[in-house]
Amino acid sequence: MKLSSRNVLLTLLLMLSIVLTACGASATPTVVPVTDAPVSTEAPANQNLILATTTSTQDSGLLDVLVPIFEEQTGYTVQTIAVGTGEALKMGEEGNADVLLVHAPASEVTYMEGGFGTDRFLVMHNDYIIVGPADDPAGIKGLGPKDAFLAIYNAGVPFVSRGDDSGTHKKEVSFWTKAEVDPAAEKLEWFIETGQGMGASLTVASEKGGYILTDRATYLANKDNLQLEILLEGNNALLNIYHVITVNAEKWPTVNSEGALAFAKFMVDPATQEIIKEFGVDKFGQPLFYPDADKTDADLGL
Amino acid sequence: MSDILEITFLSLQVSTIATLVSLLIGLPFGTWLALGHFRGRSFLLSIVNTGMALPPVVVGLIVAMMLWRSGVLGSLKLIYTPWAIIIAQTIISAPVVTGLTSAALEALDPRLQQQLLGLGASRPQMIWHLWREARLPLLAALMAGFGSVISEVGASMMVGGNIKGQTRVLTTAIVLETSKGDFDKALALSALLLTLTYLVNLALTSIQQKGARK
Repeated sequence: MKLSSRNVLLTLLLMLSIVLTACGASATPTVVPVTDAPVSTEAPANQNLILATTTSTQDSGLLDVLVPIFEEQTGYTVQTIAVGTGEALKMGEEGNADVLLVHAPASEVTYMEGGFGTDRFLVMHNDYIIVGPADDPAGIKGLGPKDAFLAIYNAGVPFVSRGDDSGTHKKEVSFWTKAEVDPAAEKLEWFIETGQGMGASLTVASEKGGYILTDRATYLANKDNLQLEILLEGNNALLNIYHVITVNAEKWPTVNSEGALAFAKFMVDPATQEIIKEFGVDKFGQPLFYPDADKTDADLGL
Repeated sequence: MSDILEITFLSLQVSTIATLVSLLIGLPFGTWLALGHFRGRSFLLSIVNTGMALPPVVVGLIVAMMLWRSGVLGSLKLIYTPWAIIIAQTIISAPVVTGLTSAALEALDPRLQQQLLGLGASRPQMIWHLWREARLPLLAALMAGFGSVISEVGASMMVGGNIKGQTRVLTTAIVLETSKGDFDKALALSALLLTLTYLVNLALTSIQQKGARK
């Protein structure tokens, strides 16, 4: 009996020591090689950079391509936090992130006017589409976005809303407002608010046989699992525009402003823009994002 | 493949540390609650028992708010590191270990204590003996503590941020792959998580049963 309890204790201690050793090893920051660095050759003073962005850039896989290149070029370690645009902007307001990559232009303008950001650059766009059941029960094919939303409202067919204050949700709300109806406030039975990310919401729409506003990239990535067809696309009002914003370090001294600016400049760099243009072509036969750094907001109708 | 190994190893590492810290807190605290005679004891027990049902996402929210740069502990720069997950998971599993430790010791015959003290055992000796006597339910407490953290996703997602190569653990990776629509990978990771949990519990159970036979 004495032996067995000692065994237990020894096993626990062994586990603890293994874990602690391993943890100590992994906690040591790895030195990032800066051989390819075109501008600076020395590692930055503050290496940690928090990027708050939207689930769409992560779920599409674009950041998995871009972030490692940025890290290698500059020596920063990027912590990518994928949340909705609403939460990303909130993180910036409270200094909990250094740089934001978001897609809700109207909210971004308010954010900049509040003095929470230093620089804001146009990075890229893709487009929103309305997808739904192939037989299109509300008959939205061929309509403009505003009329399509009104048709869905009048037909009372299932519609899935993100309901999470994300960029996509903000876009959706803007169409309901234009159509001068408010199904969220009216608590209509066919109006389904998921409060989840784009991928999960698409699955709900597919299962319920409902309509949903989605970004094209997430739809293409999930297409094989969904029984949803593109019913409305190619309208100027459906552009999904991404900006990069550096958080104002004057409000929050802990913000890594040098790193934030480096990342913002990286996103609009011609070489990066070329990668954005090519991203997804091999897998989907069409690009998921269109680079826009050489354009202005006015070119995109903002 | 190598990133899956990394995720798996981090899951195991984080949850094991959290469980062991919970053991260091929960074993003495639970023992004190079980053996002590003081005012407010049943109140404390009810708090601990409520803590056993703490929703991970609530723990995640509170820990995140404290560790954010704008939070009171923001200067420690722990948010979005494995340490942040360890803190949150410890808060989740410590009440489980404490509550079950206390229940295990309370289930022992109260005369055993008197007997041991009567035989001239010092208080530490008596407690050591009681622990040995209750080793089966104590190991069950450890397994329950580990089970509560290896499987939680809400807190890990919030305080860890699911950062690739840094704080992505099995559960948050499953959420990510599901939202990406890659159900095959999500299922493979789920199978891996279940296997891992099974192996850890198999090891602990075999220690437990070895103790039971003697």
